[in-house]
Amino acid sequence: MSKKDIIICRCEDISLADVEECLEAGYTTVEDIKRILRVGMGPCQGQTCSHLIQAEIAKYLHVSKDSVKFQKTRPLITGVVLADIAAAALEGEEDD
Amino acid sequence: MTKASIVIIGAGISGVSTAYNLAKAGMKDIHVVDKGYFTNGSTGRCGAGVRQQWATKLNCILAKKSIEFFGRANGELKYHKDIEFKQEGYLILATTKEEDEQFTKNVKLQNSIGIPSEKLTVEEALKIVPHLNKNSFISATFCKTDGHVNPFLMTEAYYLAAKRLGVEFHFFEEVKEIVVGGNKIKKVITEKEEYLTDKVLNAAGGYAKEIGLMAGVEIPVFSENHEILVTERAKAMQGPMVMSFSKNIYCQQVPHGSFLMGRSNPDAVPSHDISSSWQFLDEMALTVKDILPEVAKLRVIRTWGGSYNVSPDRQPIISDTKELNGFYMACGFSGHGFMFAPITGELLTKIILKQELDEYAHDLHIDRFKENIITDYEHSVV
Repeated sequence: MSKKDIIICRCEDISLADVEECLEAGYTTVEDIKRILRVGMGPCQGQTCSHLIQAEIAKYLHVSKDSVKFQKTRPLITGVVLADIAAAALEGEEDD
Repeated sequence: MTKASIVIIGAGISGVSTAYNLAKAGMKDIHVVDKGYFTNGSTGRCGAGVRQQWATKLNCILAKKSIEFFGRANGELKYHKDIEFKQEGYLILATTKEEDEQFTKNVKLQNSIGIPSEKLTVEEALKIVPHLNKNSFISATFCKTDGHVNPFLMTEAYYLAAKRLGVEFHFFEEVKEIVVGGNKIKKVITEKEEYLTDKVLNAAGGYAKEIGLMAGVEIPVFSENHEILVTERAKAMQGPMVMSFSKNIYCQQVPHGSFLMGRSNPDAVPSHDISSSWQFLDEMALTVKDILPEVAKLRVIRTWGGSYNVSPDRQPIISDTKELNGFYMACGFSGHGFMFAPITGELLTKIILKQELDEYAHDLHIDRFKENIITDYEHSVV
């Protein structure tokens, strides 16, 4: 199977070939690759791709996967509609 | 021990822009050091907007010259990708009579130096952004050549061009000490290396004050957390950045499809905090639902924070200093370092190579605070 057809990040449609190109260009941390390819920035927030990228970095640098730092986890845990947040915020004010 | 013509502290947009311009002018042995990963600081956390609608002449000039560069950046920097320069304008809403009057003055100032902004009625604004809540504002200004640039890719374009010209970059390398003697810089010591150099550029973003103090130079700036969020992707539905100073919001759909929006925290205190708060999320959701109810139907997927490095007059400090020979600074951008980066690099290159500066650029000197000659203050800031 061509590396272009192996999808690493489903949210942003990033292939293994894209990731390897990024590694070759010298970006060898999860945070670097996230910023260049947008991996981990989609709706799943890296839950699918980040550990695959971690493994690719480990392979490329010949280090253990554990030694490759994971990306920073940011809020929110899952996508939430802004209008729902606004409605909950107003409700909260009324409760106070 | 490494010999360097200059050590640039910070590989964010100001650092890479200056490194590129210096190398293009022929300088060799340029070293750029950064304590973290690629665009870890303010550049990679910014709102990705680029605008020319300012209330001070100085900011207008810096913005106009930078926008001109963004238009030719892919070609000049021979970038193999695309910086995603989208010129679909900034629509700035006036919500009070005072703001409306101030905006009339702003447009006049902007037009006087060739920025094509215009004053719009509510009806005219609705033609540009039909999903605006027509009751949330009383007039607007629009500049069609404002827009968006991808901060990561713009930084990469400069970074790669600078590397091709021989600039050396050192990531994950924190500066620990700047050794000074007899009004001169002797060396820069990092956690990994010692650089023998007589020139330092402080392009440290949120940490500009600390880097200044390392060299014994007091810089009157502070850092403040500004939070931001991004939504899931949506079909193209909003060309311009929509912004309101009085309602405290900026909101733009980027070419990728997601919306970026942010606001400032009126209660923020000077600090290096860049965390996310639930209060921001609440306030942001309420504001966007008021002004852009259609956009509020989208899901927010991530929030983060970044430092504004704020100067006393909310205008940048692009300067040398009499206090220490060979010490240069690009800081105090007050949230706009990304969009001013092209002209920042060009001006610093002239300052460092002791070439003649255009008259306006003298007003960017740090001495404007010392001598109490501040004449202007930028109010058009979120």
